[in-house]
Amino acid sequence: MAKKIRIPTPLRKLTNNEEVVEVDGATIGDAITELQSRFPGIKERLVDEKGEVRRFVNVYVNEEDIRFLQNQATPLKDGDEVSIIPAIAGG
Amino acid sequence: MRALKCRECGREYPLTANHVCEFDFGPLEVVYDYERIKHSLTREMIQSRPKAMWRYRELLPIVGEPTVGKQVGFTPLVKAERLAKRLGIRELWIKNDTVNYPSLSFKDRVVSVALSRAKELGFDTVACASTGNLANSVAANAASAGLRAYVFIPSDLEQGKIMNSLIYGANVIGIKGHYDEVNRLCAEIAGKFGWAFVNVNMRPYYAEGSKSMGYEIMEQLDWQVPKHTVVCMASGSLLTKIQKSYQEFTKLGLVDETEFLIHGAQATGCSPISTAQKAGLDFFKPVKPNTIAKSLAIGTPADGFYALKVMKETGGSAEDVSDDEIRDGIRLLAECEGIFAETAGGVTVGVAKKLIASGKIPANDSAVLCITGNGLKTLDALNGTLGHPREIKPSLREFEALVANEVKAN
Repeated sequence: MAKKIRIPTPLRKLTNNEEVVEVDGATIGDAITELQSRFPGIKERLVDEKGEVRRFVNVYVNEEDIRFLQNQATPLKDGDEVSIIPAIAGG
Repeated sequence: MRALKCRECGREYPLTANHVCEFDFGPLEVVYDYERIKHSLTREMIQSRPKAMWRYRELLPIVGEPTVGKQVGFTPLVKAERLAKRLGIRELWIKNDTVNYPSLSFKDRVVSVALSRAKELGFDTVACASTGNLANSVAANAASAGLRAYVFIPSDLEQGKIMNSLIYGANVIGIKGHYDEVNRLCAEIAGKFGWAFVNVNMRPYYAEGSKSMGYEIMEQLDWQVPKHTVVCMASGSLLTKIQKSYQEFTKLGLVDETEFLIHGAQATGCSPISTAQKAGLDFFKPVKPNTIAKSLAIGTPADGFYALKVMKETGGSAEDVSDDEIRDGIRLLAECEGIFAETAGGVTVGVAKKLIASGKIPANDSAVLCITGNGLKTLDALNGTLGHPREIKPSLREFEALVANEVKAN
C-alpha cells in the first residue's frame, strides 16, 4: 500500500473529500481498477467507453505524463506518486 | 451570461470559479443569451462606446461594469502593403497587439476579463501559470486593481519577461521545468489554495477575452469577416476564440455571413497541433518543447482538439517554422512594417509566408495576421543575430569615409 494517488478537486466528492488515496496496483490501469472498487463511479470519469484515458484527463507518475511512458501499462512501484489533472489553458 | 456548460457532454454549471466538468473533465464554457443580445447590441451602439475591448461587453462574461483593464484593446489593424508584396499576396493586414495596453501582448484582453470577474466573485488574490506574457499581464493588471498576485513561470524564461513581472511587485515563482510542468503544479495549487487562477479555475471567463481580438478585426475591416486569418497556437485557445467571435457577429447580424478560413501557426520545436493537422488527425500527441518561441512552448495544448476541429471546419491549414525562420519572420515584419513582434509573431509571419507560397492562402486573397506580443520582451532570441552598430569617432571625416566605403562595397 505505498503508491499515492492525488485526487483532483472535481473528483473528491467521490472519495469522501480524500485528497490522497493509497493503492497497491502494479500499473496505472490496475490503480484505476482499484480506485473504482473502492470509490464506485470514479473509473468512468477517467476512462471513456473504449477504455482509453479521457482526452481532457492528464495522468502523471512522479511528474511525468504517462503518454511519454507506457500509458495505462506504466508500472508503479512503492513510493510513486500519481497526479490526475484536467488539461488547462495556455499562458 | 447564462451558465457554464461542458463542451464535451453539455452539462450546465452555475457561474462560479470552476473550469472543469466533474463527469468527464471537459472544459466549461460560458453560455450567452444571444436572442437578448441581438436586440440590444448594434453597430451604432458599439461605435458610440470608448475605443477599447469593452465596447463589446455584452459578449464578454462579466455581470456588472468592467473594473480591471478598462482601456485594454482596440489595437491598430495595419494594412501591410510592403509585407504583402514580399509575401506575394494581394492584401494583408496586421492586427497589432504588440501595443496592447498595458503589458504589450494580447494577454491583457483575457486578464482584463478574468480579473474583473474575479473581483465580482470576491477574490483578493489572483494567480496564473504562464510562459511569460500572461504573467506580465496578471502582474500589471493586478497591481492597478490592488489585487495580490502570484505568477508561476518556467525559470528559464527570457530576462525581459521575468523583469516585466517583477517590476509590478507580484510574487514571481520560477519553476525548474517547462510550461507543462508549471501548469500541472498550478492545477494542484489551485485545488489547494482558494485563489483566482486566471487560466485554471477562471479559465471559462478568461478565455472569452480573446474574442475581442476577432471583434475588433471585423469592425476595423468595416464590418467584414476576413477570408483568411493566421493565428499562432500555444494551447490553441486564441484560434478557437477567433472563430467564435466571427460566428457570434454573424449570428447577431453585425456582419454578413461569409466563408472564412482560420490557419494555425506553431514553432517546429513545439508543434503537436500542426503536426496532427498535417497528418489529418483529430487528436495530437504531446511533445517536449524545444524552441525559441517560448510563449508558444506548450507541449500538451489544452485546446488542441478544438483548434484542430476549427481548422477542419473552416478549411484552414496549419504549418510550423524553425527557429531561423522565426527570426527571419520577426525581421521581415520589422523591416517591412516597422512592427517589432516577439518570437510568436515571427512564427505567425513565417507560417503565413509558407501558406502563401504553397497556395493554401491563394495569392489573390486577403489575410489577417494576428500578432500577439512585443519584441522588446524577447530580445534574447535575437542576441548576436542582428550585427552591431558601426562605431566611429565624432568626426565628419570618419563618417564620410564610412559612407564612401559602403558605396564602394555596393
